[in-house]
Amino acid sequence: MADGIEVQRRRALDVSALPNVVFSVRSTTWLGTVGMMFIEGGVFALVVAAYFYLHSRTEHWPPGFLPPDLFWGTINTIIFVLSVIPTEWYRRRAHHGDLAAVRIGLILASLIGLANLVVRYFELRHLNCEWSQSAYGSVVWLLMGLHVTHLLTDWVETLVLTKLFFSPHIEGKRFVDAEENASYWYFVVLTWIPIYLVLYWAPRWLRS
Amino acid sequence: MSEQRAVMRLEPVLPEKEQARAAQLAEVWKEPPGFIGWFKAIHHTTIGKRFILTAFAFFLAAGLLAGAMRLQLAFPESHLMSPDLYNQIFTMHGSTMMFLFAVPMMFEALSVYLVPLMLGTRQIAFPRLNAYSYYLYLFGGLMLFAFFFVNSGPDRGWFAYVPLSGPDYGPGKRADIWAQLITFTEVSALCVAVEVVVTTFKLRAPGMSLNRIPIFVWGQVVTAFMVIFAMPGVVVASTMLLLDRTCGTQFFNPAVGGDVLLFQHLFWWFGHPEVYIIFIPGTVIVSTVLSTFCRRHMFGYLAVILSLIATGFIAFGLWVHHMFATGIPQMSESFFTAASMMIAIPTGTQIFCWIATITTGKVVLKTPMWWVLGFFFVFIIGGMTGIYVASVPVDLQVHDTYFIVAHFHYVLIGGAVFPLFAAFAYWFPKMTGRMMSEKLGLWSFWLFTIGFNVTFFPMHIVGLRGMPRRVYTYPAGAGWTVLNQIESLGYLFLFAGVAMFLVNVWRSLKRGELAGPNPWQAGGLEWAVPSPPPAYNFLNLPTVNGSEPLWDAAPDQPIVTGLKEDVREVLTTRILDAEPEGRDEMPAPSIWPFLAAVATTALFIGSIFRPIAVSIGAIPLGITLIAWFWPTREESERRRKQDIWQTE
Amino acid sequence: MTCLANFAGLFPGRQTPLRPVGPQALHIEHTLVLVFAITTIVYLIVMAVLTVGVVRARTKEPLPVPLTPDPSTERRASWAVGIALGITTLLLFIMLIDSFRTSHQTAVLAAQPAMKINVYGHMWWWEVEYPMDEEPYRMVRTANEIHIPVGAVVDIHGTSRDVIHSFWAPNIHGKKDLLPGYQNDLTLRVDEPGTWRGQCAEFCGLQHAHMAFDIVAQSRKDFDKWYVQQLTASAEPTTSEAAHGREVFLTHTCVMCHTVRGTSANSHVGPDLTHVASRSMIAAGTLKNNRGNLTGWVANAQSIKPGCRMPPNPMPASDLNDLITYLESLK
Ligand code: HEA
Ligand code: HEA
Ligand code: HEC
Ligand code: CUA
Ligand SMILES: [Cu+2]
Repeated sequence: MADGIEVQRRRALDVSALPNVVFSVRSTTWLGTVGMMFIEGGVFALVVAAYFYLHSRTEHWPPGFLPPDLFWGTINTIIFVLSVIPTEWYRRRAHHGDLAAVRIGLILASLIGLANLVVRYFELRHLNCEWSQSAYGSVVWLLMGLHVTHLLTDWVETLVLTKLFFSPHIEGKRFVDAEENASYWYFVVLTWIPIYLVLYWAPRWLRS
Repeated sequence: MSEQRAVMRLEPVLPEKEQARAAQLAEVWKEPPGFIGWFKAIHHTTIGKRFILTAFAFFLAAGLLAGAMRLQLAFPESHLMSPDLYNQIFTMHGSTMMFLFAVPMMFEALSVYLVPLMLGTRQIAFPRLNAYSYYLYLFGGLMLFAFFFVNSGPDRGWFAYVPLSGPDYGPGKRADIWAQLITFTEVSALCVAVEVVVTTFKLRAPGMSLNRIPIFVWGQVVTAFMVIFAMPGVVVASTMLLLDRTCGTQFFNPAVGGDVLLFQHLFWWFGHPEVYIIFIPGTVIVSTVLSTFCRRHMFGYLAVILSLIATGFIAFGLWVHHMFATGIPQMSESFFTAASMMIAIPTGTQIFCWIATITTGKVVLKTPMWWVLGFFFVFIIGGMTGIYVASVPVDLQVHDTYFIVAHFHYVLIGGAVFPLFAAFAYWFPKMTGRMMSEKLGLWSFWLFTIGFNVTFFPMHIVGLRGMPRRVYTYPAGAGWTVLNQIESLGYLFLFAGVAMFLVNVWRSLKRGELAGPNPWQAGGLEWAVPSPPPAYNFLNLPTVNGSEPLWDAAPDQPIVTGLKEDVREVLTTRILDAEPEGRDEMPAPSIWPFLAAVATTALFIGSIFRPIAVSIGAIPLGITLIAWFWPTREESERRRKQDIWQTE
Repeated sequence: MTCLANFAGLFPGRQTPLRPVGPQALHIEHTLVLVFAITTIVYLIVMAVLTVGVVRARTKEPLPVPLTPDPSTERRASWAVGIALGITTLLLFIMLIDSFRTSHQTAVLAAQPAMKINVYGHMWWWEVEYPMDEEPYRMVRTANEIHIPVGAVVDIHGTSRDVIHSFWAPNIHGKKDLLPGYQNDLTLRVDEPGTWRGQCAEFCGLQHAHMAFDIVAQSRKDFDKWYVQQLTASAEPTTSEAAHGREVFLTHTCVMCHTVRGTSANSHVGPDLTHVASRSMIAAGTLKNNRGNLTGWVANAQSIKPGCRMPPNPMPASDLNDLITYLESLK
């Protein structure tokens, strides 16, 4: 050193070059969402288990009711499955910060969610049982109710995010949010498939 | 495109600059001032301290309720208390101890405070969620006690079996309040579980690969996973109960295809892992305190971690051992007996490793170490009686008697409260900056230990003499009177022991010796920061070279630089090897988590009275949640300018 | 070993698993004693090793520098831990097998032909039926007191009329829950004459503490005598007080809840009173069956068993007196 004073030096790990807009397993938000999915998935799994437990304790299944009508449930299942295509598209574009694509994707997602909700309304009217009539009815409505809740919260979340994407708040974090929104939608779709099978097909297969 | 890697440099050490940085960080990370600021606070040490104080207050309250029970049971055919009051009191005692003390204290409170410090980071993941979960927990507890004081406390036992708690036999709102208490505490615990997992996965100091994570953190992560997989059971059980009671569903009504055992299966799917959720944090406290006071690394680090994980797994195969008397098929009984006995192997592994640590180490007998020794003495008795009740035929005799009450107080108090007092004595200097008095500490240890055994040992005998649990009184000639009186006498010692502890805390806060950063010369990263820790925790984020970072540090162990210090930024690292991989900006303090908790509380309590409250209450809740996540414009703009996107 | 605990006099009584009077309780006691012996010995050894370890490793130095243990000590410690674990596993297996064996031994009784008894749990008393396959309409129905012949295999069919209760007479066998919607069977045998006490073991609300019963094991001859007696309809009153008492009984609310066979009272909300005077206790083991207690009970059961499902019955003292006289005549 110029003034002759010995300056101590230490080893330092400089992290300033590391990115702060990261996706998937690298993102804490995404991991947190996965944690929530495990919890909610656990709830679904246990209610499905309860469904079959009650079945094992009952002579006729469904006890004195017709199984839910297939039509609306199947329509909704088809919408759910097809929705994966635009979702995957905007999820991938989000990684690249493609603003236009994500905007379109989110609008599509909001519309699809709305379609699901409308069809869901008809589904609920064709379950062919009341929750207060028997344990069968109760568990059918509980499964349905749980899924509706997820659908509804995800839809509201999508709307809010869409609004954010049309506001001056665009930044890296928003694209991370968009990816997270897409992942959560996958969860909603993925849980629906087994629920669909349980609600609509199990009573037909287990009928006695 | 520049390479997105952390690079090692040699950097001059300039004390003046360090001071300026400290001031800057303190400014950036400080909690907002003033009365309103109190509700905005989100730093994990702040929230962690609140968790600890609240949970301990609930312990004292439930302990006082235990005193009321011991008073009632001191005399046969006593009319001091009506059966109605007694039933409320034992239910309040059990529910408070389990849901408002043991789980929140052992898991939430300790991990929220300690895990980020032990991992060498500046904040827990999702700090706003953390604040929210604290308020929910607080409000849930306050609701429970508020209803208790207006004679509406739950009175169906801490597991509220149907149909006793169902719509036909559980009049009033008492069982609903129990079910909602569950909802409050489970939401809170689940949030913290996710935070702990993500913090541990992503926010570890560079170099802290899986095999260097402190045992304490391992334990809390295993516990967090157990919370994540177990809690849904009680979510579903309490939801079904609430729906049966308020919306006319029929889950548990045998007349129309419902089933009363369904509730028990769902409850114990959670309830059994629950006891290990309480116990595993206890064991990892023991490991931590032991290695410090035996002056060596834990013997068998890997074996201990594997035991924790094995316990976590096996715990999900035991739930039916609480239901042996319900007449389930013998085949499945045998399975659950075997699984229940096998869980002694991982626990035994830990016990033997601890003993090996002691015999091969140098033992320094300070208060925390005494509590750990008390843990051995007491917990193993409880573990052994666990083996009795794991055997179906024996359990059929002692199930629902005072023998069980003895078993679970030995394991709960031995396995959680003794380690907890060790933890208090051990980390008190870290949290407050002052040492606790050794002399008072030993007094409370001996009073508590003696009182504990005088209170609970006779319960084994009185149980084998045929006394059922949950009876508000008993006949005079049954041979139970004297033993019950001894138990009640023991309570006085317990009380004195706890009171002595409180005195010690009080005096030490005011007059305790100053502690300095590392009074025990321990090896964990939490001891690298000043006591109490500043709002930014670490001035220089550390890197790590072993499972006891301070003991294992190389002479020129690098520090981390290059994080932004004008915003709340933390370093993220890779899940397996903890290599630096990103930077993450933590949210600022905010009032919204508090308001969201208020909205949630209104929704939960409202739904007890009118199911429609769920729909109406969802609106303010939705608004608070949106406000919580809504960014400010300046923030967005600032960040947009500085964003570095991941390249691969 | 069995007598060890008895010898110490720690477990006297008619409600303890440690004074078995039937084969099942005896088998269970053997398992219990085995587990007690093993765990106690292991516990003592563990505590001894721990104590010696602490005493030997203790240091007076305030806080010595952390050690780096030498590899040979570590190796020896690893061996010790490994061996201890091996022994633990072995002992657990022994206890496990013994437990399975006992489960089996207590279950084999169910294969033998048995006398059937139905037990229904109520909040907070026990309804007992001795069904007769040949004449289903004639059956003994009683409450809180189960008579069985010594040495006979008895099959208890248990269920509940309301919430979950648990049937437990520890000197005879372990407990079995009585669940609404389920029927649980408990087969047992008593080899020693006597009155053995049992108690509800599942929390069932306000009076769970006062929900006991007696199992009276008697010689075949005595049992038959009791049985024939219980089969008969109620005794006709012989005195004018008793006759008036019956009047009172039949004109009061009593008939809404109780049965006295041979009269118009035929309701099953409360215990069957046809032979109430033959029972030694009333109100599910709460009170001795004597005139004073009976009077107090009928006048105001709530002051004795708060919350129980029988309302207070205010009535003139003379009516009450005659009513009790009548009840006492129902041998
Ligand atoms: C911290 C809490 C905790 C812990 C750690 C345990 C640990 C164990 N528990 Fe306990 N348990 C409870 C809390 C706990 N329990 C509660 C709260 C209830 C009652 C709930 C209620 O009804 O209200 C209960 C009830 C309960 C039951 C139901 C009883 C009934 O209601 O009828 C059973 C049955 O199997 C059981 C078994 C066990 C076993 C086998 C262990 C094992 O994990 C113990 C293992 C440990 C050891 C064995 C000691 C150390 C080992 C060695 C030194 C090795 C050498 C050992 C041998 C050779 C044996 N417990
Ligand atoms: C971690 C859990 C935990 C803890 C720590 C305790 C601690 C204690 N328990 Fe508890 N207990 C349970 C969990 C726990 N219990 C559960 C789950 C049940 C089952 C409930 C059910 O059946 O549903 C139960 C049931 C239970 C019963 C059986 C009730 C029955 O079946 O009828 C009894 C009876 O004695 C009892 C006693 C005690 C006592 C004396 C303590 C003591 O150790 C308490 C010690 C604490 C103190 C002595 C507090 C001292 C207070 C102060 C010094 C206050 C100072 C005041 C101010 C500053 C304001 N408990
Ligand atoms: C609303 C129902 C009801 C009415 C009315 C009622 N009882 Fe009872 N009684 C019960 C119930 C229920 C029990 C069992 C209480 C218990 O042990 O918890 C009982 C128990 C008894 C017993 C004790 C039986 C035993 O073996 O333990 C007697 C005696 C008795 N009642 C007599 C009467 C008389 C006499 C009257 C009328 C003056 C009467 N009861 C009116 C419901 C009723
Ligand atoms: Cu019936 Cu307890
Ligand atoms: Cu358990």
